[in-house]
Parts: sequence; structure tokens; C-alpha cells
Amino acid sequence: MAYSEKVIDHAEKPRNVGTLDKNDPNVGTGLVGAPACGDVMRLQIRVNDEGVIEDAKFKTFGCGSAIASSSLATEWIKGKSIEEAEAIKNVDIVNELNLPPVKIHCSVLAEDAIKSAIQDYRAKQAARRAEAAVADLPREERPTVP
Amino acid sequence: MAIKLPIFMDNHSTTPVDQRVLDTMIPYFTEKFGNAASRSHQFGWVAEEAVDYARERIARLIGASSEKEIVFTSGATESDNLAIKGVAEYYRDKGNHIITTVTEHKAVLDTCKRLEKQGCEVTYLPVDRHGLVDPDDVRRAITDKTILVSVMLANNEIGTVQPLEAIGKVTREKGVLLHSDAVQGIGKIDFDVQKMNVDLASITAHKMYGPKGIGALYVRRSKPRVRLVAQMDGGGHERGSRSGTLNVPLIVGFGKAAEIAQLEGREESGRILRLRERLRTKIQDALDETYVNGSLEHRLPGNLNVSFNFVEGEAMMMAIKDVAVSSGSACTSSSLEPSYVLRALGVGDELAHSSIRFGIGRLNTEEEIDYVADLVIAKVQHLREMSPLYEMHKEGIDLKTVEWTAH
Repeated sequence: MAYSEKVIDHAEKPRNVGTLDKNDPNVGTGLVGAPACGDVMRLQIRVNDEGVIEDAKFKTFGCGSAIASSSLATEWIKGKSIEEAEAIKNVDIVNELNLPPVKIHCSVLAEDAIKSAIQDYRAKQAARRAEAAVADLPREERPTVP
Repeated sequence: MAIKLPIFMDNHSTTPVDQRVLDTMIPYFTEKFGNAASRSHQFGWVAEEAVDYARERIARLIGASSEKEIVFTSGATESDNLAIKGVAEYYRDKGNHIITTVTEHKAVLDTCKRLEKQGCEVTYLPVDRHGLVDPDDVRRAITDKTILVSVMLANNEIGTVQPLEAIGKVTREKGVLLHSDAVQGIGKIDFDVQKMNVDLASITAHKMYGPKGIGALYVRRSKPRVRLVAQMDGGGHERGSRSGTLNVPLIVGFGKAAEIAQLEGREESGRILRLRERLRTKIQDALDETYVNGSLEHRLPGNLNVSFNFVEGEAMMMAIKDVAVSSGSACTSSSLEPSYVLRALGVGDELAHSSIRFGIGRLNTEEEIDYVADLVIAKVQHLREMSPLYEMHKEGIDLKTVEWTAH
């Protein structure tokens, strides 16, 4: 199969490969796919207090198109608000990378990875707010930790 | 010596035509262009003589007792079809049961599947984790309805060499015909239809440095005499077994390739085996979590099929794009299913996705092996740095316990 130039470019020079601290409350981690299916993407975002994604990193086990899709995804979401990042659709990735039909699932996986990272970030933030809310309560009203 | 790129290391898919083969073929396109079936003039006689010479070379290479046992076809796919369908049709009154194995080439498996739709019963024998068929399994599978056993000489993906001689003892004892798709092994490892009691054998020229588009089916003519129903109707060429004008230049090339294989095959296999082992040990010494698929002991000399855990096969092929290899990864097939051969060995899907097949051949050099080994090692390390699975593995996470979101 011949790859598009953009796929080759991203696969050979992937952007934003790496790892963010998954325990950082401002970091959301999305891990999607399965080794048995031949592709696993991990996409991480660090969100600042204004709700803007200030950093994004990925690691991908998968074919060239999967690597390119996740590389492109990190490039696109950096500097975007969470809402803007959430609006990215897999067809945008298909169009940008000229993915053939047999590789569309790579773009779906990249979209899932973005959404999954955002979901993780939101869950962490909600947990933190809940903790903060509990901390504001008078001591006797705080729920006891089992 | 400078390395010339790209490097071809996919000699199971095809091989380049040997220059000596091509030189022998050339006159048969232009000056000696006659139809080998023309009995009435010199052009025909010259062509027929060349065909007979080639037929004899091929017969000799596989230990056939007569050149009349060689039927020319368009290639091994056609030979497999002719052997299995032709036998099934001819011996229909004797029985309808065929035995084959799960790791056969699609030309055998899909032929068997079609025959199943037409009323045949087919037993697909399993293989062990090395890819080997147990001759006792063959024995146990034979019934009074069995007419044919089809087991390949050597596997195209993992290079596993089947115990054909032992299987041939069983089939001969039971009075059942034995067919072998011998494509990958001919000229590389010992193959003798007499010694192995093989009754039908499919071979092709382009896997042994001959031209594409020409193959042959060996059909035993005595003890026992094997009969077939032709699958191509027409002028009754090849003693009625396969109609169609003989492709004289390709046949001449096939014959020359067989002659070279007979003269040089043994020595060449020794050299290629040393190259294969050089590549394997370099890679395995440098990289952890790297597994050879298939038996190391019973293996084609030029075959190395390796799974690089945590690295996907197609990404790997892209990373070493100046080296032509192939992969059992789903991403390289249109079906999105990983290799059925690796699956039959019990290799997990994740390792099947990570497999790369190196096929070392006549033209590969030691310099190329060293270049490829270094490149593979560097690229696997690079891709592992990008792999979330490798990171998790390094953190001590058992990937089998992770709940993946299968898609």
C-alpha cells in the first residue's frame, strides 16, 4: 500500500511523542485500542486553569497510519480549548492525511483517544472539586472514609 | 562494498530471474518461437525439443522417474487446483474425503473449501507450536473414504519443513494419494518424490530464480499410477492433463532454473543458512522480547520469521522501507485479520501483529545482512520508545491483565 506524503511525514517525524505525569490533576490520559487488534493509542493532555490544552503527548503501538493519526491529533489539540478539541472528528483526520478506507479505523481511534483523555481530565477535576467541597464542610459533616 | 538500496529480502514471495536463466530463454521469444505442438515443421520440433529438455531437468530435480510425469501449468496455484480438484473428481466413486493442514497455502485451502461445497469432506489437521504436522495425526484421520492427503513441503510464512517422508510412509501404507505443495522448498532442501512417496507435487519457477507464470505438477505414473480429471479443456496438451499452448520460453527458463538448483542448491543453502543465523543471532542478542516463529530445527535455510513484541509489523516495515520484507500483521492484509499461520501455531494476535518475515536468497550478501540487522535493531528500539505497550511492560504491568477497549 502506498502511503500519503503526510502519513509518511508524521510516521517518520512524529510530533509530541512522550509521556506526561498521569498523576498530575491537570493531566488527562486516554488509552484506547487493544494489542490483539494491532493498535493501541495513549494520548495525554495537560490543561491550564483557563481550560486550554497547553501540552499534548502520545505513544502509539500501531501501523504508520495509526502513528500519523495520533501525531496529528496532538498537533491539532495543542493550544485549543477542551471544547474545541472535543469537536475534532475522525473525518477531519482522514481528510488531512488522505487515509484510505482500510485505515479509517486509525482516525476513529485517534478521535476516541482525544475524547478519552478529556473525559479522564474532567473526571479528575470533578473528583478534585468534590474533595475541595468536602474540605469546606465543617469537620463533623464530612463523610467518613470507609 | 557499498550497500545498494533497496535490499530485497522477501525471497518467499518471489525471486529474481537468474541471469543465466534469462540468457537461455531469450532465443525462444524470437528465433525459436515455434509452437511445441507443431509436429509438421522444424520450428515446432525445435520448441518441442527445448520443452522436453526442460521437462527432464525438472523431473530429475525432484527425483521423478520419468519426464512424462511433469505437467506444465501457469504456476503452483494452478498445480494445486489441478491436483486436488482433478483427483477429487477422478476418484469420486472411491471416496470423498481429503486431509490437509491448517497452515497450507490458500491455493490448497480455498480449493478444499470449494470441494467441501461440492460434497467433499475435508479434515484440516492442526500443527504444533513449531508449525509441524504429526504423521500419526494423518494416520488417525484416514478413513475408508479418504482419497488424498495434501501437506506442503515447507511453509511460506514460517519456513517450517514438514515430515513428508514419515507422512508418505503412512499414505503409502494406507493406499491413499499424497500431494505436496513443494513450492518453497524445491532446490533449497531435500525433496525426492520416490524417497518421500509423494504422488503429486506442485512447483513453480519464480520461487527458484526462474520466470513468473510457469509452474508444474508432478503426477506419478507408476506404483501407483495417478489419474486426474483435467480442469482445462482444449487441445489436449500435456497428455490431456492440461490444455493450452506451452509457453516455451518460460518452460526453457524453468528448466534452466531447475538445472542450476540441482547443481548449486546444496552449497547455496549452506551459505544462506549461515546468513540467516547471522541475522537471527545479531537481532536476538541486541533485542529483548523478540521471538522466532516456527521451528528453528525444521526450517527453510532462508526463512526468519520474528515477532518484535510491542512493535506493530506494518509500522516496522515502514521504518525499514529500504528493506523489502513482509509481515503477518493484519494491517498488511486486506482482511484486517492477522496471519492464520501464526494463529495456528498458537501465537497470540498481538505477537502476530508484530511479526516480520525475512526471506534470504541467492543474491543477498553478508554486508546486506549486517546492514539489515543494524537497521532493524535501531528501528525496533525507536518504535518501542513510541510504544505505550513497551512503556507499560517496563513499568511491570502485565498487558494481559489490562482491560482493553477492543474495537
